[in-house]
Amino acid sequence: MTPQLSIERSESVFEDFKLPLLRDAAVAEANRCLFCHDAPCIKACPTAIDIPQFIRKISTDNVRGSARTIFEANILGMSCARVCPVEVLCAGACVYNDLKQPPIAIGKLQRYATDIAFEQGWQFFEAGAETGKRVALIGSGPASLAAVHELRRFGHACTIFEKRTTVGGLNATGVAPYKMKADRALTEVEWVLSIGGIELRTGVVVGEHISLAELERDFDAVFIGVGLGADSALGIPGETLHGVHGAVAWIESMKLGKADFSRVSRAIVVGGGNTALDVVREVRGLGVANVTMLYRGQRDAMSGYAHELDAAMTEGINVEWRSVATTFRGDARVQHVHCVRLDDSKRPIAGSDFVLEADLVLLAIGQSKLGGQFAGLDGVTFDHGCIRVNEHGFTGRPGWYAGGDCTNGGKEVVNAAAEGKRAAHAIHAAFSGAHHDA
Amino acid sequence: MRKPQTSHASVAAPSLETNTGGIRSPNPFWLASAPPANSGLQIQRAFEAGWGGAVWKTLGVPIQNVSSRFAGHTIRGVQGAGFSNIELITDRPLEVNLREIAETKRLFPRNPIIVSLMVETEAEWREIISKSIDAGADGLELNFGCPHGMCERGMGSAVGQEPMVNERITAWAVKYSTVPVLVKLTPNVGDIIPHGMAAKRGGAHGVSLINTIKSIVAVDIDRLVPIPRVGSLSTNGGYCGSAVKPIALHMVAELARTKEFGLPISGIGGISNWRDAVEFILLGSSTVQICTEVMLRGYGVVEDMVDGLEDYMRTHGFSTIDQMVGKAIPAFSEWGDLDLNYETVAKIDADKCIGCQLCVAACHDGAHQCIHPQEETRVPHVDESECVGCNLCQIVCPVAGCIEMVEVANEHTRASWNDFAARGATLRPKKGAH
Repeated sequence: MTPQLSIERSESVFEDFKLPLLRDAAVAEANRCLFCHDAPCIKACPTAIDIPQFIRKISTDNVRGSARTIFEANILGMSCARVCPVEVLCAGACVYNDLKQPPIAIGKLQRYATDIAFEQGWQFFEAGAETGKRVALIGSGPASLAAVHELRRFGHACTIFEKRTTVGGLNATGVAPYKMKADRALTEVEWVLSIGGIELRTGVVVGEHISLAELERDFDAVFIGVGLGADSALGIPGETLHGVHGAVAWIESMKLGKADFSRVSRAIVVGGGNTALDVVREVRGLGVANVTMLYRGQRDAMSGYAHELDAAMTEGINVEWRSVATTFRGDARVQHVHCVRLDDSKRPIAGSDFVLEADLVLLAIGQSKLGGQFAGLDGVTFDHGCIRVNEHGFTGRPGWYAGGDCTNGGKEVVNAAAEGKRAAHAIHAAFSGAHHDA
Repeated sequence: MRKPQTSHASVAAPSLETNTGGIRSPNPFWLASAPPANSGLQIQRAFEAGWGGAVWKTLGVPIQNVSSRFAGHTIRGVQGAGFSNIELITDRPLEVNLREIAETKRLFPRNPIIVSLMVETEAEWREIISKSIDAGADGLELNFGCPHGMCERGMGSAVGQEPMVNERITAWAVKYSTVPVLVKLTPNVGDIIPHGMAAKRGGAHGVSLINTIKSIVAVDIDRLVPIPRVGSLSTNGGYCGSAVKPIALHMVAELARTKEFGLPISGIGGISNWRDAVEFILLGSSTVQICTEVMLRGYGVVEDMVDGLEDYMRTHGFSTIDQMVGKAIPAFSEWGDLDLNYETVAKIDADKCIGCQLCVAACHDGAHQCIHPQEETRVPHVDESECVGCNLCQIVCPVAGCIEMVEVANEHTRASWNDFAARGATLRPKKGAH
């Protein structure tokens, strides 16, 4: 069903940054959990997994029950266990932080239970009785996967339209390989789709191979989970030189194929978000000795997580704070990055110019928004290119729902999973006569 | 530079020496008659580690042991919270044990060796007592407590459960012994007092208790056989370890507060550290015997026991163990004497609270529904008008000192149930009885 990945992928060299727990360690850690009442960790989880309950089940070796608790809340619980920034979500909310003790290793425990479930081939859910309703889902990333699985449990027929040949969205093509590699994401996709009754149409571009009007005609509801578009560019001279890439595109090439490092010994990453922090570690991990992150602000202004920056610093990357690139120079291939420092009001400081050598430049300054392709739909509105939805994932146009990065502007996998699931519930409620359209 | 602590230096170090029915020991920590006291080399290593005395693993009739023998009770990852065994008395030749007793006494003359004994007939008792004393025993302990295997042969707890038999055999032992005789009592009885009194009537110089409790510690739920498993069968074991401490403390205290009893007590049952030992001493034990903690962690645990006890004595102004023995007995009373008008409520320290709300769940599901969550702060609110002062919230709270049970004044004077029944004393209004 899903295409085979090359074994010769650059990402294959990475080992897990967070090591999995073996049984005894998992049980010992689970026994530390206090089983809080109305637990803060649950509230911090976008999918509201009953964390104390799944952890308690690990402590009694009821791993099947533990995995069921996780998947009942979040069908992407296996990948979320690996990719969630637990430090700022569940584990960040753990009461042990207030006791000045290490929080429960919730991500690792979740990985323990869900990995065993995958290994054992446990299935927890089956499709509901067919309702005769049909739902189209645009995009096959985490939001659509979470939505489609829930819709199938309700018994609605589903078709996924994916413009690429690879399914799984950013979970397959964008996750830092020391958290999860592409093959693991694809295994999860197969596992989710194994509930059955889902038509997967890859290589189909909505708006080109099938129109929005046709979707509306042929389906009772549509879920938009298209994510984000191409990497943004700086708009400065030299950006088209060889060796200058968008970070997200480069990460994908490295995860699905082999990145060429034959002439790379110095890399510059522009940006201060989590993609920038991922990519500096990835380039460093692939053996580039000299990796520098160029960020226009100070450390405390970064949108990237502090724990990710700490990990990157530990791995020996450099950061040029309050600095921006002004020009890329080179003979066909990039060789130098001309930079300047900024003052407190983000204006260039005269005479602060400096030049960095670089054979590779990765731009991690954001991605374009894809809302525009739905601009022709009356009732669908936009906020800075993101599709607007209400608290149920409803767009405002009857039958049209959306979730994930195309609505939230780019958050975590777990947010997409939560938003896909809630939209599925709203769609089902609408089919059942309830109105979440207000 | 730090000033020398002259104020402490002027206080004489407390003495840990004890005397239990005439058996003197450099400290109150004895190895109980059990696997850690199975051989001379073991006991010699224990004495080197700091143990005060040892009760040699029971000598008696020839036996054969099974494989396997032990099983542990685990809770929330704590292995050996309780412990069970189906091992019998010594399976080593009598002559070997006697030779090693003599050798150990020669090497450690100051550390008492109490020899545990279990035989059947008067002639057998006479012979084994004589041999034990000849080997150098400082005291004897009559094993009337073992609840598995030996009792099926009319010994161990089969004796301890029959006061008349207990008294008769005790009298034989006392008659033939020139050293103090302790009777080790079984907890597998409804009321410990008649059994302690039987030992006293038989002339014992002291008692030791408790022996192990009849038990099935767990079942192998895959094989459908209880553990410890011997092939396809199991049998009841003797339960001990930390989990039995409350039962042992109660039985020790029951005898200690019985005025006509009055014999010295060597306390046994779940003592794992100096705190446990202090509790046993305060409830009437002059020595304590330890097995399970040594089986789980080795002889080295005694260092903390000795240090901790000494430090406790210093900080509480005790200079001898004798001053401590039974100090908490006057506070061990009948329910009918408790003051019904005494009132406490839970107070939560908001600065210490971490918002786990274990107290909320405990109070709502397991107590009197008077602790309520507060969404904003997550520091729960105690409705003191309904709080019955049960302690449950304090017990579940994971933060030391966060929940305190605070005494609150009311206008009612002391009144127990006995007072109320005798003369209709005024009781405060009930709380939490909604």
